[in-house]
Amino acid sequence: MIELKKVTKKFDTGKAVLTAVDQVDLSIADGEIFGIIGYSGAGKSTLIRLLNGLEKPTSGTVEINGKVITSIKGGELRKARQKVSMIFQHFNLLWSRTVKENIEFPLEIAGVSKAQRGKRVQELIELVGLSGRENAYPSELSGGQKQRVGIARALANDPEVLLCDEATSALDPETTDAILDLLVDINKRLGLTIVLITHEMHVIRKICHRVAVMEGGRVVELGDVLNVFQSPKEEITKRFVAQVTDSGDSQETIKNLRELYPTGELVKLVFVGEQTEQPILTKLIRSHSVEVNIVQGNISHTQRGAYGTLILQLKGSPGEMEEALAFLHSEDVQTEVMHND
Amino acid sequence: MIDSLFPNVDWDSMWEATLETLYMTALSTLFTFIIGLALGILLFLTAPKQLWANKVVNWLTGAFVNIFRSIPFIILIILLIPFTLFLMGSIRGPNAALPALIIGSAPFYARMVLIALKEIDKGVIEAARSMGATTGTIIWKVLLPESKPALISGITVTAIALVGYTAMAGIIGAGGLGTLAFLDGFQRSREDVTLMATILILIIVFVIQYIGDLVTTKADKR
Repeated sequence: MIELKKVTKKFDTGKAVLTAVDQVDLSIADGEIFGIIGYSGAGKSTLIRLLNGLEKPTSGTVEINGKVITSIKGGELRKARQKVSMIFQHFNLLWSRTVKENIEFPLEIAGVSKAQRGKRVQELIELVGLSGRENAYPSELSGGQKQRVGIARALANDPEVLLCDEATSALDPETTDAILDLLVDINKRLGLTIVLITHEMHVIRKICHRVAVMEGGRVVELGDVLNVFQSPKEEITKRFVAQVTDSGDSQETIKNLRELYPTGELVKLVFVGEQTEQPILTKLIRSHSVEVNIVQGNISHTQRGAYGTLILQLKGSPGEMEEALAFLHSEDVQTEVMHND
Repeated sequence: MIDSLFPNVDWDSMWEATLETLYMTALSTLFTFIIGLALGILLFLTAPKQLWANKVVNWLTGAFVNIFRSIPFIILIILLIPFTLFLMGSIRGPNAALPALIIGSAPFYARMVLIALKEIDKGVIEAARSMGATTGTIIWKVLLPESKPALISGITVTAIALVGYTAMAGIIGAGGLGTLAFLDGFQRSREDVTLMATILILIIVFVIQYIGDLVTTKADKR
């Protein structure tokens, strides 16, 4: 369990004082994958570094599993860091060491014996899927493979928390997905708490349970990923959500669709969670005599279920239309008739 | 044939001088490496925002390095005569040349060490800190291995400069090929002795360069 209380971090740049993190309160549960999203300069890099004491807060406290990270130092802090490990955007591997030796490094720091190190390294290499590459140098690996080494290295001392600093931002989309799958797998298998920062909503959508949106050093929105996707409140959150789901909300889109489908009514359906798995359209067509035409749709999968929108063109007599809409309401689907105004 | 080209060369003393030059170069390179490395690491770690950030120590070390790096070597030898006398009990012979050689070149190498350490990716040091590494571990397991190629090519350049310095130290009677070329060759107008001493110095320099390049390439896994 991670607990941040009124954490503030100010940097004195000589000319001005910059507030990177401003009065942040957060509470992250055990085994949770918690995402922090924000544009560059929002303070998320500083925030994640406060969690392992790489940065000291100007005020406030950070507590991890009962240990107050902000008040310990020296040997005690170094010991605590072995249980709160970190992976990085640019991997930060030692080029002078092979894959095996890089993964061994944190074990050397922890004072593990040579025989045990070898055994543990072998387990980790298998866990992250790098068998056969043990003796390669980082320069001989692809970006995705380098991050796998980074993950194996971070897991070496059986940490309780894994911090991911833009861990997929330097990777192509396909490799990003593979690394994210690996993180989810680790989270489930080892029960590890994962805190990640990113500027890509795709990452949040794909693996996080909860998300905090940061802007100007503050957490401006916080909640379950599904809820945030369904009803983002802040302007910045809406922009992030729009990165992955163009929900067809904008007036522009509605106008275009109206021109393309001038007859009948355009109806937008919003599905959340389990509803996406129900054959609602089949039921609608079987039990009602309206004509149904799919105009636009998309579904996003999150760790807490799916979220999707579907825009339909419905044609029929006014009575039939009303019955159809009433049916959709009764199935608990958010339904909205889209007017052109 | 060789005797007719170099009629005045006494091969025994030429060989002895070569050994003296090799002796001075090897020992001074070893000490320069150790002291320069220590000074370079100190300069790096005491710089602002680094692990031992300390303005006073950084300034003092920087001043020491800059002063001794700036004094021309031939003047440094003369300035250090009292110190050498105190330390070695004599100002003649290969051993007496060592203090001046080391003090003259360690600051030079310290600067090269600093440049090499600055080239290291900051993220790697941060990663080591995030794993709970001590500063000692960071020095031995991150800073030194990650800058190894630059440290080796730096000591190669320094060793070659030291071969040149030993020849200059020959002027004050340090022995070696420099003394031989100056006293037997130049002052007695025996050009063949000077030429032979030069050829031997060139061979030493080429061998050092060759070995240095080989080791640098082997150490670089980037």
